[in-house]
Amino acid sequence: MKHGPLLLRGLALLLLVSFVIAPQRFAPLFAPLTQYGAPPIYDQGNLLTLTLAHLGTVCLAAAASTLIAVALAILVTRQSGRAFLPLSRTLVNIGQTFPPVAVLAITVPLVGFGEIPTLIALFAYGLLPIFENTLVGLQTLPPAVTEAADGMGLSARERLFSVELPLAMPLILEGIRLSLVINVGTATIGSTVAAKGLGEVIIAGLLSNNTAFILQGGLVTALMAVLLYEGMLAVERRLCRSVRTD
Amino acid sequence: MITIEHLAKQYGTKAVVEDVNLTIERNSIAVIVGTSGSGKSTLLRMINRLIEPSAGRVLIEGADTREEPAHLLRRRIGYAIQGHGLFPHRTVEENIATVPRLLKWPAARIAARVRELLEVFQLEPATYAHAFPHQLSGGQQQRVGVARALAAEPAVLLMDEPFGALDPIIRAKAQEDLLAIQRRYGTTIVLVTHDMDEAFRLGDRVAVMSNGRVLQFDTPAALLAHPADPLVTRMTGQTDRALRLLSLTTAGEIAAPGAVPGPTVSAAASLRDVLSELLWRGAEAASVTREDGTPCGHVSVAALLRHGRSP
Ligand SMILES: Nc1ncnc2c1ncn2[C@@H]1O[C@H](COP(=O)(O)OP(=O)(O)OP(=O)(O)O)[C@@H](O)[C@H]1O
Ligand SMILES: [Mg+2]
Repeated sequence: MKHGPLLLRGLALLLLVSFVIAPQRFAPLFAPLTQYGAPPIYDQGNLLTLTLAHLGTVCLAAAASTLIAVALAILVTRQSGRAFLPLSRTLVNIGQTFPPVAVLAITVPLVGFGEIPTLIALFAYGLLPIFENTLVGLQTLPPAVTEAADGMGLSARERLFSVELPLAMPLILEGIRLSLVINVGTATIGSTVAAKGLGEVIIAGLLSNNTAFILQGGLVTALMAVLLYEGMLAVERRLCRSVRTD
Repeated sequence: MITIEHLAKQYGTKAVVEDVNLTIERNSIAVIVGTSGSGKSTLLRMINRLIEPSAGRVLIEGADTREEPAHLLRRRIGYAIQGHGLFPHRTVEENIATVPRLLKWPAARIAARVRELLEVFQLEPATYAHAFPHQLSGGQQQRVGVARALAAEPAVLLMDEPFGALDPIIRAKAQEDLLAIQRRYGTTIVLVTHDMDEAFRLGDRVAVMSNGRVLQFDTPAALLAHPADPLVTRMTGQTDRALRLLSLTTAGEIAAPGAVPGPTVSAAASLRDVLSELLWRGAEAASVTREDGTPCGHVSVAALLRHGRSP
């Protein structure tokens, strides 16, 4: 029972890796989906390169979102930054409600085609879960613990780094996980502005009416999302074994 | 010695603490009692500047507490609270080492101190040093909380209802331990409680607070004998004041020479407990023995009645 999910995850990883390394081996599987002798496996680029580029873009954007969202949440939970809470919330919410496609449309004229507009769109889209989770984490610390920290003479900085952030860590990591997973899917739209990524495969399928391509792009993206989710969950469990168990 | 002069705290127009003047002797336990909302915690927290006073000042050994940054002041003052406030992500050892680490003690000194405190608080180091707070019982967590407050050998220890969450038996034990620790380290303790029994058991002097003011700051016996305000009489308990008075004296202190037939009580037992024992047994007198078993005289019902009389 306990090893079931582990086995499943292992299989998913194996499937993903073997498919992006040697996609031609899976050709018979996809052949029934093609018509008029179209290629069953994406042949306009290297799947492995595209997958890695996709992952790279997502991780880079998540790193930037994390940095800004956590910093912002820390700022607005300090005495001196409390006044910025409504403003920060509004900004972060706009980042999430503004469709990433629209962000691309606005940023391309400013910064040109390629990776940069995609990074900006993903960065803005991924802020909200991290910001809100960090905020909740920092606002719901056990009052006796923060009082004791102050009472023992921790400076504001020591209190933040050795008490507040470690205790909020499970929620912060959860926010990062949500943000990552959402953006693995969202990143496919980057291909509309010539960013390297798995969106290329899907778009190629749409243009040539090749269902096999669409399915391949979708499956690799989905597998990556699932594995990222599970991987982050494992990291969270490992890091936070002793936190908030009371 | 802690000197509190004209200390006051106001929130808006509401005076929460008003013109409090107290002198707390070195090596003594001062207890602050009062009804809920009377300003006990506020007064206590102004001593280590968790709350900044609106007026007045606090001197510790003659030095104004405002002379140094608040967080440095707090490292010299122990602080223990209800619900202990242990860091859940730190082991018992790390929790206790918090202030010594802030003070940059050498590692060996910290380790030795943690070990000593674990032993003083009857927490087997091998079992508990590396345990996390959630793995301890409530009583053990509370002891770690007090050990942590004492870790950097503070001359002053502030406690806000430290035993409030404990059941009566563990609580009595914690009070006994605190008295023993106070004798051992000579710490000056200021303790807030709303339990009058606790105040009488622990306090060398007790401050009775109401509506932000200290009505009286005196020894338990003086509070009973010469209450400064009707509210003090009410709070110290009018119906059982004779028994409270008896609880302040031990059998050893009033034992008359000679043994008597009948029950035996310990010299450390309070007169209140002796009276209870005599009532239970239907006896007229009890022999008193010291801790080592040697006899030290007897206590009679008549003597008890004399001691319970209004002074
Ligand atoms: N930050 C604050 N702003 C406004 N009023 C406050 C604040 N802190 C405390 N008070 C008020 O001050 C009064 C005294 O509070 P304090 O916590 O000192 O009481 P206490 O005697 O410790 O009570 P308890 O026994 O319930 O702990 C209360 O009426 C409380 O509502
Ligand atoms: Mg209080």
